[in-house]
Amino acid sequence: MAEGGALPAVQLAGIEVSFGEGATIFVAVSGVDLNVAAGEFVAIVGPTGCGKSTLLNVIGGLLSASAGTAFVEGQAVRGISKPCGYLFQADALMPWKTALANVAVALEVAGIARSQAERQAREFLARVGLARFCDRYPHQLSGGQKKRVALAQVLIRDPRILLMDEPFGPLDAQTRVLMGGLLLKLWQQDRKAVLFVTHDLDEAIALADRVVVMSAGPQSHIIAQHKVDLPRPREAAEIRMDPAFHVLQKAIWNDLRAEVMRAYGDEFAAIGGKP
Amino acid sequence: MKRSHLIFWQLLVAVAIFASWHLVANWPIFADPKKVQFFFSTPIAVMKRVYEFFATGIIWRHLWITLSETLLAFIIGSLSGIAAGFWLARNPRVSAVLDPYVKMLNALPRVVLAPIFMLWFGLGIWSKVALGVTLVFFIVFFAVYQGVKEVSQTILANARMLGMNDRQLFRHVYWPSALSWMFSSLHASVGFALVGAVVGEYMGSAAGLGYLIHEAESTFDVTGVFAGMVVLSAFVIFIDWLVTLAENRLLAWRPQAHERTT
Repeated sequence: MAEGGALPAVQLAGIEVSFGEGATIFVAVSGVDLNVAAGEFVAIVGPTGCGKSTLLNVIGGLLSASAGTAFVEGQAVRGISKPCGYLFQADALMPWKTALANVAVALEVAGIARSQAERQAREFLARVGLARFCDRYPHQLSGGQKKRVALAQVLIRDPRILLMDEPFGPLDAQTRVLMGGLLLKLWQQDRKAVLFVTHDLDEAIALADRVVVMSAGPQSHIIAQHKVDLPRPREAAEIRMDPAFHVLQKAIWNDLRAEVMRAYGDEFAAIGGKP
Repeated sequence: MKRSHLIFWQLLVAVAIFASWHLVANWPIFADPKKVQFFFSTPIAVMKRVYEFFATGIIWRHLWITLSETLLAFIIGSLSGIAAGFWLARNPRVSAVLDPYVKMLNALPRVVLAPIFMLWFGLGIWSKVALGVTLVFFIVFFAVYQGVKEVSQTILANARMLGMNDRQLFRHVYWPSALSWMFSSLHASVGFALVGAVVGEYMGSAAGLGYLIHEAESTFDVTGVFAGMVVLSAFVIFIDWLVTLAENRLLAWRPQAHERTT
């Protein structure tokens, strides 16, 4: 699978995923080919329900494709993909564990002694600015704090590939920008391959090296790819003022608009609105 | 309301009840006091009897018997309920096959089982324990079954992505989730363990609070019945308090309905 020496971190070849069978079959994604190089930050945007998360689940090994093959570091995915860390959209912290225990358990299950796991967990929680919140339970944390714990939980295993499924979706606009900044800061230290699913175009451009646009479902597929050649290191909050940012925004939105319209059907046409 | 105020009002309710009971039983307000005393006894006689229970020490044996029956029923019922709940929740096919039988057994009024348990396990504590177990088992079973079934899919997917194997999933995800459901029904299951014990004693035994009350009833000793009931209610409150203590420790991670602000 190697092309030009370096193995792609993730490679999707003709991926199709369908749910159900017979008359009620629903083909979520169809014919998706995508390569993500090691250390590359790729954002996937698309209208709601276009099967973006489905792709991440296939790469992570939580879901098997009905056709095509997913490769992670050259290996066909079978079962959970070990090199991948996955940050979910919904709350995924174990509510019965403190922030510290939630992060430490990610190392403990790999056979690392608890005392050492906890020491490292403290360090990672400090890195996401939560040093003072180690002993809090998830319900005692705000939405943004929970996300940061989840981020520490994923990063402490030092995965080579990060799968992020609208991770900041449930947060308010300002917190999202701050979280994006934190993510960039952490990512710029060791440049993991990232697949970042979002429906927020600005977020995608601010963070990624490449933005992949998907069509509306069913049978969702990739319709366009845009290279983001904004300079790095970036400031997630300030990059949005850059004129080059707006050029990209316009170009990608041109591709995306028709798909968003299609996803909503005639809901907006009925009131004469334009998304 | 401040805590001291609350206790004051709570005590006031008790005083009011005892005072009106005392009045009605000693003066001809509603009926002849003699008649009233025959049916309701008097609060002073009841308290005297309770005092005698403890002064002579005869109550301790009965309390101990009832307590051990309750604890045994709770422990055996919980353990078997946890095991069955896990097993059925993890084996949907077995659970589908057994579903009507589980419902049937749970719908059965447990009192009808008491004579059979006497026959099987004798008049000692084990027939009472068995009765309690049939009550506790189903509460714990349904709670654990629910707890395992309703583990959030995201938490599960996340745990698997963190590299947990089946054993670790059990330890870090299924087990705490099931336990939290079980603990949320702790008051009910401990209460039912006690109901099983007392009802069992009532049906036939030689010791225990249920026996004490039944003995008094069969000789029309209303004072004894009321004294037995007073001891039983105090006992229930004590057990319930212990459960609350255990709950606060075990479910510290749970959001409270009204987070304490003090």
